[in-house]
Amino acid sequence: MAQPDRLLLFGNEAVAHAARNAGVALGTGYPGTPSTEILETFSDLGGKAQWAPNEKVALEVALGASFCGARTLVTMKHVGVNVAADPLFTAAYTGVEGALVLVSADDPGMHSSQNEQDNRYYAVAAGIPMLEPADAQEAYDFTNSAIEISEKWKIPVMLRMTTRVCHSKSVVRPRWLFPPLDPPRYQRNIRERVMIPAYARPAHRRLRAKLAEIEAYSNACACHREYEGSTELGIVTSGVTFLHVREAAPDASILKLGCTHPVPIERIRKFAAKVKRCVVIEEGEPYLATFLRAAGIAVEPKPDMYRFGELNVDRVRRILAGDTSPEPSLPPGKLPELCKGCPYRPVYDILHRLDCIVAGDIGCYTLGVLPPYEAMDTCVCMGASITVGLGMRHVLPPDQARRVVSVIGDSTFVHTGLPGIAEMVYNPPPTGHVVVVLDNGTTAMTGQQEHPGTGRTLDHKPTNQVKIEEVARALGVSRVHVADPTRDPQAFEKLLVDCLNSNELCFVVARHYCILAAPSIREFERRAKQEFDYQCVPGGVEKDGE
Amino acid sequence: MANDVTNVVIAGLGGQGIIRASDILADAAFYSGFDVKKSEIHGMSQRGGSVSSDVRFGKKVWSPMIPMGEADFLVLCDRSQREVFWPYLKEGGVLISVDDIPSDKLPHSKTLNTALLGVLSTYLPISLEAWERAITLRLGGKLFEANRQAFDIGRSLISQATK
Repeated sequence: MAQPDRLLLFGNEAVAHAARNAGVALGTGYPGTPSTEILETFSDLGGKAQWAPNEKVALEVALGASFCGARTLVTMKHVGVNVAADPLFTAAYTGVEGALVLVSADDPGMHSSQNEQDNRYYAVAAGIPMLEPADAQEAYDFTNSAIEISEKWKIPVMLRMTTRVCHSKSVVRPRWLFPPLDPPRYQRNIRERVMIPAYARPAHRRLRAKLAEIEAYSNACACHREYEGSTELGIVTSGVTFLHVREAAPDASILKLGCTHPVPIERIRKFAAKVKRCVVIEEGEPYLATFLRAAGIAVEPKPDMYRFGELNVDRVRRILAGDTSPEPSLPPGKLPELCKGCPYRPVYDILHRLDCIVAGDIGCYTLGVLPPYEAMDTCVCMGASITVGLGMRHVLPPDQARRVVSVIGDSTFVHTGLPGIAEMVYNPPPTGHVVVVLDNGTTAMTGQQEHPGTGRTLDHKPTNQVKIEEVARALGVSRVHVADPTRDPQAFEKLLVDCLNSNELCFVVARHYCILAAPSIREFERRAKQEFDYQCVPGGVEKDGE
Repeated sequence: MANDVTNVVIAGLGGQGIIRASDILADAAFYSGFDVKKSEIHGMSQRGGSVSSDVRFGKKVWSPMIPMGEADFLVLCDRSQREVFWPYLKEGGVLISVDDIPSDKLPHSKTLNTALLGVLSTYLPISLEAWERAITLRLGGKLFEANRQAFDIGRSLISQATK
């Protein structure tokens, strides 16, 4: 296939292109800004890609495939790594067979996230190597390096992207590095794959030995770049921050790290010795600065005020000037809001009017917290609406407890809402509880991705559907209702009041398509029906061999 | 040093096609052989909030984000956003705003951004072939002809404001 020698790609697209060219057999993940487009692009390029119900599931599926020798890619946003952390730490012990590359898309500045989490610490805590690309070319190159490292040392590798790498475009020259792999095949290796304590103890020692080797590799690695400049000022940096640094201080000597775990201590020690003043400029936590100072290297960390938010050229100039005066504030932009015609609007109207205490969740509907509704009291993480609501119900006096409602979206419900329903059935509060699933038929927040509840795969083809209301019934919820809040708001309000007064466990699916997604959903349904009709006409391929 | 990079901020509200307009500009600069970087923020901003996209091109571009006060051009798809993004425009930079476009003369209300790009194109070292290729790629659908006309209407206008 003839490919252009020069492409203009987002960082996310570059990862997908590299993975496709390297013969990655399975891409899996959960959508989350800014990571979402990686798997979508991988699928568009003809790769096998799928959305998992959550990040833990995605990592485990990829790990199984990797155990069989296949190359795998797992994508998520930074907070998704928290969900996947349980298998991640053990995967570092079991190791992998085919490459396993975990993309963590961090969001400094919280453009669309609930915290500013620096996942470099996950690489240290789990004991896995980490690469940090600065732009799309490096996103492409480092995906290849991650595959190489993963297969050479049989270890999962984290590729840490940030919003500005994921969602900025730059020129990429694609390269093809990998010969095709043998087809996947399982080879039994119980001592390395079953982490009972007797096998895990030697596994931990193996992991530390691998990391020592990878540190030696990292010290010599070509993924770092050194720019020789003034001996007065040296800067150690990584990721997109390097680009701001190069523009802000074109005359400085710069050591740009590609691999930031294991930290290439000796390489940095040599660099720091060459310059009079050595400053570490890094986005987020003082990860490198703390590490280097603990190793006895005299580096200057950034002032603590630059721990918050993204860095940019202006802020890098200030850090270098030692300027800790208050930063100029920009006039505030317009806040986002629920779309005109959003089916969640009437629900929030009603919750607001009934003065409910709303335990909320992660998705578009989090915007219900803003005026005019201000109808959300808590929002912690995916799935927490149900369990936080239950905790409130357990301890509040009955008149207040009866006002508590858990509100969760359809995709989020499948992601981590299900165990909350098991908890609700198992430990019901005295006043019962009311869970409202805002089911708009898509993962709207991240740009209309499919999930197990839609009954369509990542590329919008029909598949088995997890039916939300039937799951609730099967788990033992006593009252399960499905209603359309947009078609008949009065009836929806009456239903909600009944539930709140019932002292029972109530589960209400508020179902109406997302206004932005509805045209495409109808189109997918039309195509699915067309295919079905074709299969049923004489001469077509008939179903079930009939 | 900074002078050989051209910086364009395109700003407006979520849903107005800011991202697509900046894609067209980035593609056109890319087809002209420049190093190009483009930065934008998805997510919450798609729900009607403020949205902007930075496009930078030249011989070599480092940061994907335009520093404050260094934009050569500010293209405003919504006049309400002028105050928010004004600090990005440099002294002597050019403002290209929806106010410059006689919207009653456009072939379709959805071609406003293409007309803005038409105005912008008169200032930039990007060939008409590159613009045409980028517009064909991103707007090849039903409104293609209307968009081409809107681009030409934009080219015939001259923006008024400089900072």
